Amino acid sequence: MLTAIISVIAYLILAPLIGGFLAGVDRIITARMQGRFGPPVLQPFYDVLKLREKENITVNRVQDFYVICFFIFVVVTGGFFFAGGSLLLVIFTLTLASVFLIVAAFSSGSAYAQVGAERELLQMMAYEPMVLLTAVGFYAYTGSFRVDDIMQGSNMPLIPLVGIFVGYIFILTIKFRKSPFDLSMSHHAHQELVAGLKTEFSGRTLALIEVAHWYENIFLLGIVFLFFVNGTILMTVIGIVVCLLAYFLEICIDNSFARMKWQVALNSAWIAALVLGGINLFVIMIG
Amino acid sequence: MGTIIFLIVFPLIAAVALLILKNDGPRDIVVKVSAALIAVASIILVVQYFGDGDRYFDVDGEVIGYLMMAMEIALAIVIIWLGIKYKKILAVVLAAIQTPLMVWFELSTGHGITVVNNLYVDRLSMIMVLIIGIIGTLICVYGIGYMKDFQKHHQEAGDRRPWFFFLMFLFLSAMFGIVLSNNLVWLYFFWEITTLCSFFLIGYNGLFHKKHEDKVATRNAFRALIMNLVGGLGLVIGIIILGSYYGTLELSTMLKIGSMGYSVAAPAIFLAFAGITKAAQMPFNSWLLGAMVAPTPTSALLHSSTMVKAGVFLIIKLAPVMGWNVAGIMVMMVGGITFLMASFNAISQSNAKKVLAYSTVANLGLIVACAGVGSPGAVWAGIMLIIFHAVTKSLLFLCVGTAEHNIGSRDIEDMDGLFERMPRLAMFMMIGIAGMFLAPMGMLISKWDAMIAFVDSNNIILILIICFGSAATAFYWAKWLGKMSAIVAKEENIQKSVHKEEWFSQGTHVVLVVLLCLCFPFVSSSMVVPYLESGFGSAAGLGLTSYDLIIMCVMIGALILIFAFFFGRTNKRIVPVYMAGAGKGDNLTYVGSMQKDTQVVLRNWYMESYFGEVKMNVIGVITTSVAIVISIGLVLGSMIGGM
Repeated sequence: MLTAIISVIAYLILAPLIGGFLAGVDRIITARMQGRFGPPVLQPFYDVLKLREKENITVNRVQDFYVICFFIFVVVTGGFFFAGGSLLLVIFTLTLASVFLIVAAFSSGSAYAQVGAERELLQMMAYEPMVLLTAVGFYAYTGSFRVDDIMQGSNMPLIPLVGIFVGYIFILTIKFRKSPFDLSMSHHAHQELVAGLKTEFSGRTLALIEVAHWYENIFLLGIVFLFFVNGTILMTVIGIVVCLLAYFLEICIDNSFARMKWQVALNSAWIAALVLGGINLFVIMIG
Repeated sequence: MGTIIFLIVFPLIAAVALLILKNDGPRDIVVKVSAALIAVASIILVVQYFGDGDRYFDVDGEVIGYLMMAMEIALAIVIIWLGIKYKKILAVVLAAIQTPLMVWFELSTGHGITVVNNLYVDRLSMIMVLIIGIIGTLICVYGIGYMKDFQKHHQEAGDRRPWFFFLMFLFLSAMFGIVLSNNLVWLYFFWEITTLCSFFLIGYNGLFHKKHEDKVATRNAFRALIMNLVGGLGLVIGIIILGSYYGTLELSTMLKIGSMGYSVAAPAIFLAFAGITKAAQMPFNSWLLGAMVAPTPTSALLHSSTMVKAGVFLIIKLAPVMGWNVAGIMVMMVGGITFLMASFNAISQSNAKKVLAYSTVANLGLIVACAGVGSPGAVWAGIMLIIFHAVTKSLLFLCVGTAEHNIGSRDIEDMDGLFERMPRLAMFMMIGIAGMFLAPMGMLISKWDAMIAFVDSNNIILILIICFGSAATAFYWAKWLGKMSAIVAKEENIQKSVHKEEWFSQGTHVVLVVLLCLCFPFVSSSMVVPYLESGFGSAAGLGLTSYDLIIMCVMIGALILIFAFFFGRTNKRIVPVYMAGAGKGDNLTYVGSMQKDTQVVLRNWYMESYFGEVKMNVIGVITTSVAIVISIGLVLGSMIGGM
């Protein structure tokens, strides 16, 4: 109980710091890959602070409510995860949060935001089966959906769940909204949807969304870490290193691919879930 | 015992009274008073037998049996007459086979079998009684206001509301009969009445109209009739096998035989087949889709508290004898495939009633699959889905009905700006939609538990189905939710013309949706778990802990609080949306090419090339048909081999 409380508090304080820092590293690496120098590593924090100074405008009276709900439930999602709760609970809470963000975009009635929201929904449909199969895989192997039970395990889940691991890394590109699957919104400069889903958010509201994404990224990497748990310090270190490598891999993918059509996102993610997730699950259940 | 008889007989009396009354005033009063009485009686029934658990009643069924038989013959004659009149030979043939077969059995073999307990009450039937008694009657009350508007739109056909309300209340009576009868012959009788009621309700705009017949309504009504008669035939065969080979006609005895380790797969598979037709599972889903031609209260009734729920009720009852046997595998295959294909189908639809219909078919599929798995955990999920689906789906149908009468369309694309035009209605719909798929709400919790139950039974196909099906479900609900929430521009508020009965009924539904989510740990521990303990011996293997359930309740509470504090409040300056600098400032128009003002039109995604209706239906119908034919063939083969 005590460790759960400590890790939740640590998550609440550290996740935005680490998440923001990783976002800064992302921008530097990306810049170097493109032959630019890039901003200082703390730039994402400066951005958020600057956004808070902006004029308070909005497009309607209800949008902020949805965004606040999005923020709260993203934080709660990670809270459940680091408190050792059920993986399915975590996934469903994250879905709730995502739907709040989508509804916020829809509510603006703006063309760019709505098309972005529709695409975000599509991305959700694309990655959802693989995310659920990841949770099911952990359950089939360790006998529990709960993160704290999985953390107690003495056998590393990576080897038996290798198919699911690869599948999860694959859909992580969609979840991080990285190219080639940055369909709904993008950090890059002016694109056909302007800022897509985020078009109508500004000032403090936009800052809130940025911070929420930092929280979200940390806990998504937390799931990557779960594949390496076996109770030893060595594997803990390796797990953290692999999380960082996974993040680096996503940056590389982001910079080496042009955006693809939404059909590719849906097809590839569903095939990955069916083939990698399905076969892997079949093998564990037979054994 | 008195309450049970009241619940079956009183709606019948109300029905007859409503058939006679021709004026609005008295009809309104009779509907409201009867609805209130039925709702109160169903609550009394639960209070009365709550302490006892399962109770069986020894009623002298001799006279009632003959009475029912006479009615069955009369109903068959009506079907045959209508079949000839509308040239639907299949209906004639089915009625001409089914009823004589049943009558012959009742007079010969069936006559020798003594039925001790004709009626019963257990936790599951209590749940069903509450659903029928509260949701069903709320729909009838809604019908008062709705049918006034409906009448205005359909002047030419004459006022046929007495017939409408007669059927609605008759339906309730028959439903109470189904969930409280232990004698399968009685259950069959009530089953056939619901078939006929739904036939007349679906054909409301078609049948008996001399000049203004809606041909589609007539056609769809007969489709429903024929498919349900096929199911009825399955029920008759199941009863005959049960009577001839096992010497009983009682559902409870059959389940007891099954739980002692004897195979009852043969009767079970036929009873389940009947359930599959009534629950509109593939390959029989088309009748429920066709049913949307009827006035909206009919759809609400068929989809939420009656008809299809009778189908899943029977299959859930059979769950203890399902599992890894032929009957169980057939049921899980049919349910699983239906869930997946119907969920995909819902994505490609823009007609709100059709989305709701496919979502009903899909959710029933999940319930059926849970029953097929037959473990306590799966059945827990199935029963919870029945409860939450009944309330939420009913709410959504009533909202769509009201929207249709006020904006003149049931197309989701025409619901742009409903949030401004009919704020309260839009809010109700959003709660309903959220209730169908989002986290702290009941449907999602049931789905969560179903997923655990599927993993526990090592059923890899169902696991994959539920993972992909859930993704599709979230997609089609969320895009509708988005459409509802969109604030287009300043629009006029037009919701003043909505009848007060409609607001009352919808408001009560909303309260029920939220209340059920808040107190479902109690529903689980006081109703569902005791039912599982008596039906399965233990409720072990429930996937969700009370800890999970409490978290969900806390989340609901938190959402309500956040809503109360933050919703609609802002001190920010409101500005027009971004239109690449070419907006006219009203959020609706921009200056297009050639300096022309152009309207912004936003449409949802339907992904026809992926989830086209025809493609999904063909795949679903073929695979489920194959599953059914092979399974029934196997059972019949082993029966013939065993003789």
